[in-house]
Amino acid sequence: MFVPSVTNPIGDFVRNLVPQVTAYLPVAFQSETLDSVVAFLINAVICIIAVCAVNIGSAPILIYMERKVCAHVQCRLGPMRLGWHGTIQTIADVLKMLFKEVYAPSGADKLMFYTAPMIVLIAPFMVCALIPFSKDLVVADVSMGIPLIIAVNGFGVLGILLGGWSSNNKYSLLGALRSGAQIISYEISFAMILLFVVMISGSTNLMDITMSQQGTVFDWWIFKIPVLGFIAFILFFISSTAEMNRAPFDIAEAEQELTGGYHTEYNGTPFAMFYLAEYIALVTNSALATTCFLGGFHAPCIGFAPVDNVLNMVPGLVWFFGKVFFMIWCYMMVRWTFVRPRVDQLMDFEWKFLLPVNLVLLTAGAAWIAISG
Amino acid sequence: MTGMLPPGFRIQRETNTEEFFINMGPQHPSTHGALRLALRMDGETIVELVPHFGYIHRGMEKQAESMSYLQYIALSDRQDYLTAIQNNLGVVIALEKGMNIGVPEKAEYIRVMLQELGRIASHLVFFACFGGDLGGQTCLLYGFKEREMIHDILEEVTGSRLTTNFFRPGGSRYDVPDTFIPRVKAFLDHMDDTMKDYERFLSKNIIVLERSKGIGILSKEDAIAYGCSGPVLRASGVNFDVRRANPYSIYDSFDFEVPVTYNGDCYDRYTVRIAEIHESMKILRQCIDRFPTEGPWRSKEKPVRLPVGRYYSEIETAKGLYATYVVAATTGEKPYRIHTRGPSFPHIAALNKMVQGHKISDLVTILATLDPVIPEIDR
Repeated sequence: MFVPSVTNPIGDFVRNLVPQVTAYLPVAFQSETLDSVVAFLINAVICIIAVCAVNIGSAPILIYMERKVCAHVQCRLGPMRLGWHGTIQTIADVLKMLFKEVYAPSGADKLMFYTAPMIVLIAPFMVCALIPFSKDLVVADVSMGIPLIIAVNGFGVLGILLGGWSSNNKYSLLGALRSGAQIISYEISFAMILLFVVMISGSTNLMDITMSQQGTVFDWWIFKIPVLGFIAFILFFISSTAEMNRAPFDIAEAEQELTGGYHTEYNGTPFAMFYLAEYIALVTNSALATTCFLGGFHAPCIGFAPVDNVLNMVPGLVWFFGKVFFMIWCYMMVRWTFVRPRVDQLMDFEWKFLLPVNLVLLTAGAAWIAISG
Repeated sequence: MTGMLPPGFRIQRETNTEEFFINMGPQHPSTHGALRLALRMDGETIVELVPHFGYIHRGMEKQAESMSYLQYIALSDRQDYLTAIQNNLGVVIALEKGMNIGVPEKAEYIRVMLQELGRIASHLVFFACFGGDLGGQTCLLYGFKEREMIHDILEEVTGSRLTTNFFRPGGSRYDVPDTFIPRVKAFLDHMDDTMKDYERFLSKNIIVLERSKGIGILSKEDAIAYGCSGPVLRASGVNFDVRRANPYSIYDSFDFEVPVTYNGDCYDRYTVRIAEIHESMKILRQCIDRFPTEGPWRSKEKPVRLPVGRYYSEIETAKGLYATYVVAATTGEKPYRIHTRGPSFPHIAALNKMVQGHKISDLVTILATLDPVIPEIDR
């Protein structure tokens, strides 16, 4: 029998259900191998639908949220006309994007031009599959979660480089090259912070990392290790902002300098895919921050039983998304507050500041483990 | 290879890399209008910059030859639309010299107050665009928020928000309404608080400091040689302000400083403008204290004809020296020639000197601190 390495309640439910259904079939079709293959396929379809639903469903919400956060930071109202407080505005925009004519500039490498946005989308989708949304809600509970995320997360830069290069536009090329340099540099810091979390929690599995933070708020990794946890969280915040190409580190797009950077020549659906990838990356990075530092789906218990019982009654999924949206809000506030550093200053910041600090942090974390046992 | 590079290059080329050409504008988000910059680049470093003008040339000076003097005042709005009310005054002063007409005290106060409001509005646009071009889109909205309040005041006084067309030889088109002084006072009180916030937003922000200090240095000699004026000149250490050097209207009766800084970089140009906002507010407060409620707001006679002669006026707009030269060949309503000396053209001319050796991101910063208005260059 085909035994999957990953088990979860929904998967088990499907695996139990399939033999009961096939029992009604003629005897010739009844075999354990067939059942397990069918169950595997059904599970895969459910997983794909779930990941797509989370990712694609969150993008319009985030775009609406970004518009509103940005508007209120800037003393204005944002979209107000379409629907209640402009709620349908994003849907209208998405429809507009989808129905626009798609064309490539002359001289563009058409194959690469249209492949690039799809490549960009791969990374955030794959990371999303690894995130434990609740105790029973994880698509792929793989043991090497963090290394896989580090490996996959840098994949997006390939799409950006391809898109910038195949556009046959100098601004796109400059944007793509900037982006390549930036993401590859910040990848190192990003990986190191995750390694720090792996080191202190003793596991590369995201579920285990979450479970190691069980307890009160003070058991979350951001607070559990005095000072170091908070520093690590801030460093993660910075490097993931750069990793996502979000302002103030959006030098790849740099609207004022490069008129849009690598996606200058894109329009319609391919542009929407770049846009979507940016927002899904926002969700996955926030989810990663939540899982690694903010206790994942655990309720923010304070160690006082009556309050904790009430908090624990709320499902983990709600806590998880609450924390994720708090993180997203932080990213948005930073985006609309700071100005953009120059490309060489950004590199200096990574190689001359973030990287040494990360190395010190790793050493200090190891020392903390040695001391506290 | 390095020997061919202009002085001040920050990154010296050791490898034999290939230069390439980038066309920036006329359709580009940060060229502040239809300006085209042809860039010779080495990677992201600018080797040479050649500005191209003329995309919105409307032939205003030629149009002026078939217009009456008073009609030309309306055209001066359309040159530098951010300092429209100041351009009005520049033209009107030149005409007044020929028409030999006095201006009542109240009219002078109205002029000075509107001038300074216009200056604050223009500097707020600078603040907004400077922040916006650095990538802080929020600054863009903040600067425009207070500018709207000034435009509300201008709307109440002149009837229009942007192209005011307000001053006339001997005074102005209308008297100010009774609500003018209280509104300006309320605006100044509001501005005192908001300027603190705005300065906290950019002035001490480490990224802004990193991106503007030592960037786009214009030496004192170069600033004078290129004919720069206004905040750009004063940021390079030249204490020249027409309001002080060659006072027009009643500027000699006010107590205000001329802010001067000496590094000539982007940050200095920024601080000079912020300091000028404070000085303008100081002048406005003095105006409010001394504003004559009684008395005529324009002269009795309303001349439209200019005697034969050549008349020159220069004023200090928010951008710099705005001079008008009127040649009247015959005594009549129409000029033979009107020439305008705008402040933005020399600034863009000096741009090549400032950007050489800097990155393309710095070009955007430098261009923002020059605060050019392209319609005023093209006219």
